[in-house]
Amino acid sequence: MKKVLVPLSVVPLLLLLAYGFWTDPRNVPSPLIAKPAPPFALTLFDGEHLKLEGLRGKVVVVNFWASWCFPACYEEAPVLEAAWRAYKDKDVVVVGVNVQDTEKAAKEFMDRFQFTFPNGPDPGGKISIDYGVYGIPETFVLDKAGRIAYKHVGAVTAGVLSAQLESLLQQAPRASDSKGGHDRGS
Amino acid sequence: MTVGRRKWEVEQRRPSRTRRRGAIHLGMLMLVMSVVFPLGAASLEKQVQQIATELRCPVCQGLSVADSPSQMANQMRDLIRERLEAGESPEAVKAYFVERYGEWILLAPKKEGFNLLVWLFPFLGLAGGAVGLLVVLKRWRQRPATTGRASVDPAYLEKVRREMAQDQS
Amino acid sequence: MTAQLGNIALWIGLVVALYGAAAAVFGRRRQSGVLLESAYTAVLVHCALVSIALLSLEYALITSDFTIEYVAFNSSRNYSVWYKIAGLWGALEGSLLLWAWMQAVLAAQVVLMYRRKHRDFIPYVSAVLMGISAFFLLVMLIPANPFETHFPVPAEGRGLNPLLEDTSMLVHPLLLYSGYVGFTVPYAFAMAALMTGRLSEEWLYITRRWAVTAWVFLTSGIIYGGWWSYHVLGWGGYWAWDPVENASIMPWLAGTAYIHSVMTQEKRGMLKVWNLTLISLTFALVIFGTFLTRSGILNSVHAFTQGAVGYFFLALLAVILLSTVTLLTYRADQLRTEGAVDSFLSRESAFLFNNLLLITLCFTVFLGTVFPLLAEAVRGVKVSVGAPYFNYVAAPLGLGLLFLMGVGPVIPWRGGSWGSVRRNLMGPGIVGLAAGGVTFVFGIRGPWVVATYALAVFVSAIVVQEYYRGIRARQRTAGEGPLRALGQLFSRNRRRYGGFIVHLGVALLAIGIASSSAFQMEREKMLNKGEVLDVGGYQVRFDRLAGSEGPTHVKVQGIFTILNDRHEVGHMRPGLRFYERQQEPIAEVDYWIGLKEDLYLILGSFDREGSWAVVKVLVNPMVSWIWIGGIIMALGTLIALWPARSRFAASAGEKP
Repeated sequence: MKKVLVPLSVVPLLLLLAYGFWTDPRNVPSPLIAKPAPPFALTLFDGEHLKLEGLRGKVVVVNFWASWCFPACYEEAPVLEAAWRAYKDKDVVVVGVNVQDTEKAAKEFMDRFQFTFPNGPDPGGKISIDYGVYGIPETFVLDKAGRIAYKHVGAVTAGVLSAQLESLLQQAPRASDSKGGHDRGS
Repeated sequence: MTVGRRKWEVEQRRPSRTRRRGAIHLGMLMLVMSVVFPLGAASLEKQVQQIATELRCPVCQGLSVADSPSQMANQMRDLIRERLEAGESPEAVKAYFVERYGEWILLAPKKEGFNLLVWLFPFLGLAGGAVGLLVVLKRWRQRPATTGRASVDPAYLEKVRREMAQDQS
Repeated sequence: MTAQLGNIALWIGLVVALYGAAAAVFGRRRQSGVLLESAYTAVLVHCALVSIALLSLEYALITSDFTIEYVAFNSSRNYSVWYKIAGLWGALEGSLLLWAWMQAVLAAQVVLMYRRKHRDFIPYVSAVLMGISAFFLLVMLIPANPFETHFPVPAEGRGLNPLLEDTSMLVHPLLLYSGYVGFTVPYAFAMAALMTGRLSEEWLYITRRWAVTAWVFLTSGIIYGGWWSYHVLGWGGYWAWDPVENASIMPWLAGTAYIHSVMTQEKRGMLKVWNLTLISLTFALVIFGTFLTRSGILNSVHAFTQGAVGYFFLALLAVILLSTVTLLTYRADQLRTEGAVDSFLSRESAFLFNNLLLITLCFTVFLGTVFPLLAEAVRGVKVSVGAPYFNYVAAPLGLGLLFLMGVGPVIPWRGGSWGSVRRNLMGPGIVGLAAGGVTFVFGIRGPWVVATYALAVFVSAIVVQEYYRGIRARQRTAGEGPLRALGQLFSRNRRRYGGFIVHLGVALLAIGIASSSAFQMEREKMLNKGEVLDVGGYQVRFDRLAGSEGPTHVKVQGIFTILNDRHEVGHMRPGLRFYERQQEPIAEVDYWIGLKEDLYLILGSFDREGSWAVVKVLVNPMVSWIWIGGIIMALGTLIALWPARSRFAASAGEKP
């Protein structure tokens, strides 16, 4: 009877390896979720300046992209522009951060997709590293209190984006302690 | 006035010595700085390198930030250098990255909690194996020797048998 | 047409393999000569069929037949014929076909060589080999078919992954696969031994030779892989403890333990069950490695595409582990050893400690490789286990092995006296310590490095000592001149003297690894035109950029002048290859190899007008010693393996 335990001892290893099929080694969960979003200041391509703190109270979509990121950035670009146009009157801001790219290529990309939302380069990669970006495109959705509510790695779809925006828009703008709590604040 | 003049006089009386001493001091200072400064700079580079070998390049397949030729790794090395120059300790710099990427960014798991399994296993395994081996060896030595054919190597006997069979066939 | 031929060949091959396995088992149990003969014929037919499939795919590759998807994705009209041929193993499906073919050939060879002489065994050996072959064919036919057709037919192929466009691609996979597949044969013999309950000496002799042959291919493949990594991947290193690299080192470690431990079985008839366990472990690790590479459960440089293939390989691993462990557990008693270890200070003891170190290292690498998965399962957090961890654990174990390598061959079988052992080790020991002292005096303070140098010199000194003694002995007893004596040493005791050369190679390898890890100099700087960077005695000056176009890429090279003490010594041209489909360019490093050190340049970013470029300059000391050590290891193994004129004559004169 004891002998049968020896072959059986192999089974836990096989189960562990099988577990490997459920996990995705390329997906690294972000520790920044529900934490305050790292502040940054962007010098936009059109010369204006944008500070993240100035957007407090609005739902912010921060998207990291590059012109060489094919095909994912190309797939999600129209989605972002459409979301911007649909939601900009509803206290939503879409901000694009261009990483490891040249200005010329970035502007061509923006022209191609007719970006009207603010976009700026990330010199030195500091903003990307601050946000724990490890592969573009990556999209962060910030709630009205300036915390990272959601992170999407890979091309973001219209469905996902609008679902996140809708749910965050319903939250009150106060930086209350409970994430989803309602309060009577202005 | 007299004090001043006297001081001046005093200074006048030994200008060459003062100047020489000053020159020597200045020379020593420059010498020290020329040694310490690059040493300091060198040790900063070494620190950057050391931290870079412990961090994983996020866009590569398992390479360290030190080894990776990618642009992101370059930017991370620059950031490490900046933060060290700003006075942060290496631990704080590493913690900065861990806050943003999670434990995954460290190329060797933190020596705490469940991770201790992987750090202790080699030593415990070796020690346990060595002890087990010594016990087994001792037990074998105490086993009574086989009688009769003990003097002949069973392996050698088999070889002879085999060769004889071959020669006959 | 070609695709259909290949498919049919594979399907029939699968059926034939299954038949061959079944017929062999039934034929053996019923002692039916007819059934057995048909089983052996099946093995030969199987080999022919898989060869047809392989040739079909090669034909399609060489003629750039893009109707076949595999060819369209892994080849290009512009490739030289060599890269077209190499496309066979460029991606998952083709590599499976290569593996299956190698295995089919080996199975045929086994059947042809041994079917008359070992009627007891060969049926089971053949059945196991056919079973595994059938599995590989099944994987090819279901999830990973190399003969999938592709419509519409593209005008041009995608070509190989750009990292693979290198001469090394023609060599490294073949060496590795020969090693991996080679271990299947001793494993099959081990299974047959467990199934029949018999372990004859012939079995041992056959298995050992197959294992050592597979071992030398695996060793060469791994070291060659390090060379490839160093010269192509462009990060200046040769081993990164990547999961797939680990997947190759684990069977190597177990295999090394086996080829040493099996000598104890030969001399003393001991450790039979342990040896069976070791060879089974080696093969299981080969399959585990294949599973890791093809399942996608771990992130790796080498990873092929994942998909259903992973499930199949996990199933194979499960079958192999469960059946092997079950057989070992229940049949081991029939094979218990007679001999015993007489003394702690004996060759047997040294081999056992050798095994302890190798297996501990093997299990440690295993745990480190799967730990990210384990930690995620238990804690839900992703962790990484990389080079800092593995280097930390490998160093002390490696040093222990170096020590045993020196001491082991000098301690006699069955035990020696401390006095005699001390006499044998005294000279080399002093030389080793002196070497350690010398390095210390030269300013090297790192304890690991000093210890490695001391031990490597110690091992080399023992090799020299033993050769000297052997030659002197023959001169005195047989009156031969030194050269003839040396020749006689080789022909009468190839194992021992070939083995010494292998150990010498390992010592050189150890020195190379220690030096290049400890004393690497590296500097990275943005250089303007004409600016000079100083690294380790070399001055590197950036001159200009040069661009060129290849069939699949655009290449930008930086032209650098290298100066040594203001004298121009030469030019180097590290470059970057830009491929359309990839974001990051592939670095093409330029290097100068030397015995003392390598100079190594990597081009980073650059200004399009050519006014500045970022260059990383590495001075890597003694990396060449690693490759030289590897070559010597292979040579030594070749000597040890060389067949003797007559087995009896050779073994009669064999010194322990």
